[in-house]
Amino acid sequence: MTTELPTDIKSTSSEIQIDKPSSKWLPPGLALQKVDEKIMTLNVGPQHPGSGHMRLIVQIDGDYIVACDPDPGYVHRGEEKMAEYRNYITNIPHLERPVIHDSCNILYPYVLGVEELLGIEVPERAKYVRVIAAELNRCIYIMYWLAIYGIFLGHSTMFMWPTGDRELLIDLMEKMTGARVTHSHFIPGGVRNDLPANFEEVCLRQVNYFEKRIKEYAAVFYDNPILIARTQDTGVLSRQDAIRLGVTGSVLRASGIDYDVRKKEPYDVYDELDIQSIVMTEGDAYARSKIPWLDMMDSCNIIRQALQKMPKSGSVRVKLKPNPKGKGFDTVYKRVESGRGSLGCYIVSDGKPEPYRLKLSVPSFRNLIALPYLLKGEKLGNMPSVYWSLNYWPVEADR
Amino acid sequence: MLKDLLTPETANVFVGKLGDMLEKAIGKPLGYAINWGRIWSLWPVHIETACCSVEFGAASSPRYDVERFGIIEAFGSLRQCDLIVVQGTITRKMAPRLRLVYDQMPEPKYVIAMGACAITGGLYFDSYNVLPGIDGILPVDVYVPGCPPRPETLIQGCLLLQEKIKRMKARTIV
Amino acid sequence: MSSDSAKPTTDSKPEEKPTTDSKPEEKPTTDSKPVVKKPEEKKVELPAFEKSISDKIVEKFGDKVEVAFVKKDRVGINVSRENVHDVAEFIRDGLNYDHVESVSGVDYPQDNEIAVVYHIGSYSDPSLARQLLVLSTRAQREENPIPGSDATRLPTLRDIFYSVEFHEREIFEMFGVYFEGHPDNRRLLLPEDWADIPPLRKDFAIKGR
Repeated sequence: MTTELPTDIKSTSSEIQIDKPSSKWLPPGLALQKVDEKIMTLNVGPQHPGSGHMRLIVQIDGDYIVACDPDPGYVHRGEEKMAEYRNYITNIPHLERPVIHDSCNILYPYVLGVEELLGIEVPERAKYVRVIAAELNRCIYIMYWLAIYGIFLGHSTMFMWPTGDRELLIDLMEKMTGARVTHSHFIPGGVRNDLPANFEEVCLRQVNYFEKRIKEYAAVFYDNPILIARTQDTGVLSRQDAIRLGVTGSVLRASGIDYDVRKKEPYDVYDELDIQSIVMTEGDAYARSKIPWLDMMDSCNIIRQALQKMPKSGSVRVKLKPNPKGKGFDTVYKRVESGRGSLGCYIVSDGKPEPYRLKLSVPSFRNLIALPYLLKGEKLGNMPSVYWSLNYWPVEADR
Repeated sequence: MLKDLLTPETANVFVGKLGDMLEKAIGKPLGYAINWGRIWSLWPVHIETACCSVEFGAASSPRYDVERFGIIEAFGSLRQCDLIVVQGTITRKMAPRLRLVYDQMPEPKYVIAMGACAITGGLYFDSYNVLPGIDGILPVDVYVPGCPPRPETLIQGCLLLQEKIKRMKARTIV
Repeated sequence: MSSDSAKPTTDSKPEEKPTTDSKPEEKPTTDSKPVVKKPEEKKVELPAFEKSISDKIVEKFGDKVEVAFVKKDRVGINVSRENVHDVAEFIRDGLNYDHVESVSGVDYPQDNEIAVVYHIGSYSDPSLARQLLVLSTRAQREENPIPGSDATRLPTLRDIFYSVEFHEREIFEMFGVYFEGHPDNRRLLLPEDWADIPPLRKDFAIKGR
């Protein structure tokens, strides 16, 4: 840590002067700021039981939040810059790191985009394998999210149950791909490996059991009067504001807008499967927390359909040339529905083996804009329930 | 004379000094017992720095259940913690905060570097915003490799730390 | 999805080859017969609905806008920085697009410009649910950037599309493009003491490369 005091700290008059600068130097963002006699500024995070890897600078008047300024970037690792130095295949492992528990879905738009750039058509069986993997990953993501939501609200059972049941699906993914969370399974041209022997039966059995288990969560969590009291009518996002703020995923569907990329712009084989996109109209934290749970049941349904319709044999990947590259200058924007919402990938190619520019348009970053808006006027105690109901994963937002 | 010195304002200083003296007196003969106590109270600070926190959370799940070893219990205040598990990448923005958290913890404190990013920078070795390992800012006791490490690996790392503490001299307050 | 694309209507990018294959639009995902496609020299029909969107914009603004490409579900429009505000206003009011999905900056040192690309979508109009309008504009690029006080400037679109707020803050710190009229041009993701040039510009080299 640096011990020297930067010169610009002294010049800002609003910041409290520190007596011994050499020993007690604080980074500029951490210095205390005096706003008002009545209004207090509170730094929540980055070290906080349950805030995740971000800081919320909250101004409170008594118990009520006056303003909130989210301060992300604690896990900004420069994925987009790194992608410009790696070719289309070696980009795969590090691009899934932002959401390791939803790694198939964050790779999905990238892989679709590269396939469009290269002009590859994917075999039919690979498409179904991808859909199954993506839906399993969506469940894995939502279970982790639900577990943390339980911890946020002080509901320990809701941490233990999802993290336990989640291992069922992680087992399935481990069987399929060989890794617990970071699968690197999707590649341009298909998937890396074919399904293992009798995967279909095991998958069907596990998914059926999983669905039975998550239905029991209603009794302990979603019908729990304490949860309802803490989340209902908290942080209400109206339909107009949801459109104006451009939020996505469960936050959008909780505000009464039926928008699911799987349904509106189907990719791979989603147009052959029956997808229910769940919509609620309340727009409060309760609706936002319930929609992912209902999504999981829908995902189980999709997995069963895909297992039934999947061709029983056939190739799962197209052989690529080494160092594949696009033909000349081209741009492509692909999006998929991830566990958090619409996830887009914008690739600019200039005909080299490396992308000229790669941009991940991530749902967490898009939903973050709603946070200051929702927290204004709420009680400080409601902050955790509103914050985590946005389906927010800080690592992804920072990239 | 002692009575004049011992005012209510200075009482806690005296109590602290007394504690130091006691610890020095009994530290050596009772080192084993002190270490034994420290082994079973390895409570981590709740600071998540990157994606390894997913597997850290999974280690507390019913399947792995790290709390059966009496360690890694999720805990609120860092003033009562003596273990910091650095869960993944440390960026340049996070590094001063991590050091602040470490400085606020009471002695004795131990550091586990979890994941390839915390050890060497890992996949992000050439990123402009990532530290190449946390050795530069924290004294690391145990390295847990993997990207991310499986929960079993984390548990083994904790057991290694226990083993290490057992063999250490009982550290006094520095 | 598969690689449906069409011939660009204007030659905005000289390197951009007319992409080759044309396929019926209905079920692009189901046919698995061509594994790697052969280039065909057939003239392709532009997708009609997307063409109508680009036609409306061209009709309104004439030669102030430039249609970069009309692909399936994507319409690309290039605008100069003087007109981007007016075009965006028309896109919202006249064409029912209502939110911005993604704002990306692309650095072109050879043209001495930084492109800012808005991907604009619509929630309220069901017929536009598949569509994304790719509005691209370019800012002047400085050799030695001083973010905030040099000529790399663009008008903000925050008063039209509220959802660009954080995206434009990100572009400001990553490329040094200052958005005039943005109320909150502060740093978002980078550390507070970042003193180097904006990292996503091409002249910023990461270590060891």
